[in-house]
Amino acid sequence: MKYLPLIWKNVWRRKFRTVFTMLVVMVAFLLFGVLMAVRMAFTFGIEVAGVDRLMMLHKVGFLMLLPEAYKTQLQSMPGVQLATHQTWFGGIYQDPTNFFAQMAVEPEAYLKAYPEFKVTPEHMKAWMDDRRGVLVGVDLMKRFNWQVGQRIPINATIWQPRGGGLTWEFNIAGTYTGEDAVDKTQFLFRYDYFDENRRGAQGQVGWYVVKIDDPAKAAEMSRAIDNQFANSSAETKTATEKQFVQSFAKQVGDIGTIMVAIATAVLFNMLLVAASTMTRAIRERTSELAVLKTLGFANGTILGLVLLESMFVVLVGGGIGLGFAWLIVQGGDPTNGMLPIFALPPRDLALGVGLMIALGLLAGLLPAVGAMRLRITDALRRS
Amino acid sequence: MRWITQTIAVMALNLRTIPARLGSSSVAVVGIAGVVVVFVSVLSIAAGFAGAMRSSGSESRALIMRTGADSEMTSGFGGAEVDVIKQAPGIRRDGQTALAAAELYVILDLQRKGDPDSSSNVPLRGIEPVSMRLRDEVSLVAGRMLEFGTNEVIVGQGASRQFADTGVGDTIRSGKNVWNVVGIFEADGGVAESEVWGDARTLQGAYQRGNSYQTVLARLETTASFDTFKNWLTSNPQVNVQIRRESEYYAGQSQQMTTLIQTIGYGIAFLMGIGAIFGAILTMYTAVASRSREIATLRALGFNTWSVVISVLGESLALGALGGTIGGLAAYVGFNGYQASTMNWQTFSQVAFAFRVTPELLITGLVYSLAMGLLGGLLPAIRAARLPISSALREL
Repeated sequence: MKYLPLIWKNVWRRKFRTVFTMLVVMVAFLLFGVLMAVRMAFTFGIEVAGVDRLMMLHKVGFLMLLPEAYKTQLQSMPGVQLATHQTWFGGIYQDPTNFFAQMAVEPEAYLKAYPEFKVTPEHMKAWMDDRRGVLVGVDLMKRFNWQVGQRIPINATIWQPRGGGLTWEFNIAGTYTGEDAVDKTQFLFRYDYFDENRRGAQGQVGWYVVKIDDPAKAAEMSRAIDNQFANSSAETKTATEKQFVQSFAKQVGDIGTIMVAIATAVLFNMLLVAASTMTRAIRERTSELAVLKTLGFANGTILGLVLLESMFVVLVGGGIGLGFAWLIVQGGDPTNGMLPIFALPPRDLALGVGLMIALGLLAGLLPAVGAMRLRITDALRRS
Repeated sequence: MRWITQTIAVMALNLRTIPARLGSSSVAVVGIAGVVVVFVSVLSIAAGFAGAMRSSGSESRALIMRTGADSEMTSGFGGAEVDVIKQAPGIRRDGQTALAAAELYVILDLQRKGDPDSSSNVPLRGIEPVSMRLRDEVSLVAGRMLEFGTNEVIVGQGASRQFADTGVGDTIRSGKNVWNVVGIFEADGGVAESEVWGDARTLQGAYQRGNSYQTVLARLETTASFDTFKNWLTSNPQVNVQIRRESEYYAGQSQQMTTLIQTIGYGIAFLMGIGAIFGAILTMYTAVASRSREIATLRALGFNTWSVVISVLGESLALGALGGTIGGLAAYVGFNGYQASTMNWQTFSQVAFAFRVTPELLITGLVYSLAMGLLGGLLPAIRAARLPISSALREL
């Protein structure tokens, strides 16, 4: 502790350089935070994809509809806890570029299948009481500044209303929330209302979510389900939700991976630049370190002093940068709905701090060890 | 005049001494080059995707969809409506046949090559014989044209490159349907190259579509006859349609993906740019600091302050230009023409495209790098100019 003033003095001996080194480190970690959020966004929530949930789609492709009647058959199968269906609505709110997921669901079964969606009992009751009611994710509420109780007009693209025209109207009955990696941008309305009021295709649904008792038997169950509907009018293709999300992410494709890869490479390059500047700042002072050694400072103490100094620069700069990244990410998805899961989880923050410590060590260790090994006379003579 | 020669002299001195300060100069160059690599390569993704979409649509063709539909996937017509549409004025006619094709758009579930567990949505377009005559840009590169009335299909070369069982002679299985691939076609790099084409009537049967279609694509008499065509159809009570030029339709389809890539690309490049400016400031500061005695000497000899300022700025601009050139070249070599595919957000189907490092992108990258160099040099230049001569001479 008594060395703190010495370290403090050393840090600020060239104010301009220290400040700008800190700024470079700050930007690097700001970038790191944003990149982690982007990377996570491109996985589309695979981390929270339930291992005990199966997705059952029409074998031919996701556009084809399945009969509502499959539900009873699914539920009577051994090993199946719950089966519920969802139907993609794909409507437009105000402008075609306002993308978000709208789905017709069975409210109670849906929330049982997705326990990570948190809804208050009042909101749930309101949703059950209003046939036009819709449950909206908190991120989506924030994006459009919606209020509970508001009426939302959605223009149909696939499902035209029976009454004519294109517009469906829904009332926001409540909101749901969830952890960082949960998609909080969905717009969920009631299947019963939807089915009665759509023009045609009654009793046809998009896909099924099947909750099973034992996640270890997922592959077996998927096969059993597909066999059940083999040779029927609508054959199915079942896989775990994880595989489904993975395949979606894969289709969005290399783009996310490539962007993150390029930026990560450059980020590391930036960190090396910062490290080399800091290293140079210490090398300049080799003779000073030799003086300290002459005065009787132990090798370990000198090493500690140098390391603490570089740590200080990195932690202050990096900490501020990561803080800014966190603030930016709080602003939510910057792409108008295409990356619904945009968050910086604590795990990535911890990774960032780990990276800072590594950088501090890297920048300080080499010159410090070099200085320690130097013979005092050589070092003093060098200047 | 005098200060110009002075400036040139100082600048030449600066540039000649760069090798002596190689370490710190390379920090700035590498930093700026990195930013330009990210900037150019990420935006080349957007340019490639938008380019593929743009070359898909022609101004002289109109795409007719059901009112409210936002993509071919969500549109739908009965056969009767199609007949009405085909009679509309403004369509180019070849003898008795109107150059307008009713088409079907379904999605196949295909595996990527070498990845049997994957599943990708690939559009299967049902075409009519006239469809080929509508699209001049489409031509076969292998095999032969499909025979209408059979389950033969032709595959776009982008799709054929990426998905398993899509070569000539292969069969695509989809549910109970089997499609025989007989040809591969190209379409000037457009979206059609990511599609599979089969006979619309065969598809209607295979996918229980009755006598229904999804869209009608019409070749206009001239680009200007669009309005006649549109007005006639929209005021006709027998049909419920919306009409867009094909070029506008595809521009709209690419918008979301382009926005996504550009938001992230510009965002990341902006942040990195700030970092690189700080890096350049550090470099130039070090350069000025290590030569403060030299600079003071020059000024003591009567060199103009402005010459010193401009020479420092010149050096940092040179470093910026060098970084920008290296970055642009690296991005070009590494990414131009890189084949990738992504999802069209409107139809959730795959679009194959190639990254495009365009001259505009390279120039923007270079301008960006010069701006970084300029901003990076500004503070140190002012510092150099304001260095008190006497104390600087005493330094060291």
